[in-house]
Amino acid sequence: MNNETIANILLTTILPGNFVLAMFLGMCPFLGVSQKLETALPMGLATAFVIMVASISAYFMNLLLVHFHLEFLSVITFITVIACTVQLVEMFVKKYFPVLFRQLGIYLPLIATNCAVLGVALFQTARQYNFTQSLAYSIGGGIGFTLALVLMAGLRERLQLANVPTLVQGTAISLIVGGLLSLAFMGFAGIGAGE
Amino acid sequence: MTTQFVSSTTLIRALGLVAGICGIIIVGVYEGTLDAVNANKKIALERQVFKVLPGAKRVQAYDALPNGITPAGDRDAPPGAIRFYAAYDAAGKLTGIAAEGSSAGYADQVRVLYAYDPEKQVITGLGVVSMRETPGIGDKILVDQDFLRNFVALDVALTSDMKTLANAVKTVKHGTKANAWEVDAITGATVTSKAVGRGINQSAQTLLPRLVPHISQLTSRD
Amino acid sequence: MNSTISNFDEFMDGLWKQNPIFVMVLGMCPTLAVTVSAVNSISMGLATTFVLVASCMLISMLRHAIPKEVRIASYIVIIATFVTVVDYAIQAISLDLYEALGAYIKLIVANCILLGRAEAHAARNPPVPATLNAIGMGLGFTLGLLAIGGVREIFGAGKLFGIALFGPHFQPWVVMVLPPGGFFVLAGWLILFAGIKANKQRKIDAEQALKGAQA
Repeated sequence: MNNETIANILLTTILPGNFVLAMFLGMCPFLGVSQKLETALPMGLATAFVIMVASISAYFMNLLLVHFHLEFLSVITFITVIACTVQLVEMFVKKYFPVLFRQLGIYLPLIATNCAVLGVALFQTARQYNFTQSLAYSIGGGIGFTLALVLMAGLRERLQLANVPTLVQGTAISLIVGGLLSLAFMGFAGIGAGE
Repeated sequence: MTTQFVSSTTLIRALGLVAGICGIIIVGVYEGTLDAVNANKKIALERQVFKVLPGAKRVQAYDALPNGITPAGDRDAPPGAIRFYAAYDAAGKLTGIAAEGSSAGYADQVRVLYAYDPEKQVITGLGVVSMRETPGIGDKILVDQDFLRNFVALDVALTSDMKTLANAVKTVKHGTKANAWEVDAITGATVTSKAVGRGINQSAQTLLPRLVPHISQLTSRD
Repeated sequence: MNSTISNFDEFMDGLWKQNPIFVMVLGMCPTLAVTVSAVNSISMGLATTFVLVASCMLISMLRHAIPKEVRIASYIVIIATFVTVVDYAIQAISLDLYEALGAYIKLIVANCILLGRAEAHAARNPPVPATLNAIGMGLGFTLGLLAIGGVREIFGAGKLFGIALFGPHFQPWVVMVLPPGGFFVLAGWLILFAGIKANKQRKIDAEQALKGAQA
């Protein structure tokens, strides 16, 4: 049983408990897809949507597992549920947003291996959140992820015009920028903590 | 490129084979490690309970439900129930109750185990079960003697109808503690200190009204 | 067919040339999250290595029985199985370690390295080379984690493997054991390797220029 308020969960997950910058989930797209703002935003939103759907599915899946005392199957069932969710989202996006589908390309199915999606399912189970708390957690997580991705993309676009030393170019400078963002977000600590 | 038509039966058979092999592996490992895992959990639990209730020799787990307390089995507490631990000394006398409280701290949940004295209706000790607070700042709750002194006689008395705590446990700014039910925060580690206070309060508010009316059930053991 | 690559080459390929962390920048999530101490790093590395080796071995053995239409689903199920195995194994060995690594153990299943290796290598090679490559890559990953975790522990806690290195007056560089520290230390290693590579290249270029001048 967990007593965190919805507002607390939302605020903490978006800012000081940010999935990417504080918990290191979703690093692959964070480092890989954040070169341009116009791809980062749709990617972030698509991932946010998948996170929300996966969180709901995982919540009900977990209820089933607990009921039948099958908790040891949690890893397999969660990842399978997520893979199916991503498959369904992919078909949905292909049918109703074909331009977006072409833009995202291979990165859409890759959301299935995004640690952030599985991370939400695992963490919400470990913290024993109820349904509304889980929902808040996943919405906050999605917003936080998109926020981090968009910030990173904006900064990297600027970096391309800057004089980065050869040794530091590429992944190294992205990591340093990521580290600075992470440091900055730590300043929000305690923002959601009640009383 | 020639496209081979693979029948559905082949696909299903392959998936079935994989699922079968994996199923055997998982169930085998789960059953094989079950005893060791349970033993580890029991050892870890006893270690923590003995730390907050020195002098205890034996621990018995219970689940507190709205209508009473029942001895706990091997499984986790059912939803809506709070688990607590009754500690007995070598002579079989109840030395105290230990229960967990948890609340969000700076980084992640801060889980604490507190010791409760049913006769004096105070908390007599605090142990930290798990935390990921900042080293050098939040983790002071482990070692700061002034902070730990808060929990030597923390007032958690119930109202006369035993429905709720007479005074909620509250963390206050360092140096402003005026009442026995307040927790003096650590300077510079307010978030973590508040998490500890909140965790204890939430746990006690739910557990004690269920536990205290039935406390004689625990003392009248062998 | 890779029959001309010796088994030792397979091992070294995974360990150094295609080191998952420093060369391919894969498997970042656990890399930065749990590497706050050397012990945690090694444990996470070994756990991942176990899953990598076991799943590559099984996938390689079953590679002719799994039609390509269902291969990804099968790989995921197999990987998830061994992650569950390692999850319970760690619980049985040490609950303290389990608490320290937390949910990141289960997150091994989302580590890109596992699926990537299965698809790129284990599915196309017989069990022995597949296993050796997996062992090499797993050890490379573990070494990478240790490099990061070791530095973070030394500067952030003044210890290595729990043994205090500096005196009691050491002021820990706290940011090292916080999330930003993970980013910075990994960047530091990447810059170091880039520097070494650039140096080697400079030497090769200098020799070429010298040979060109003498010809």
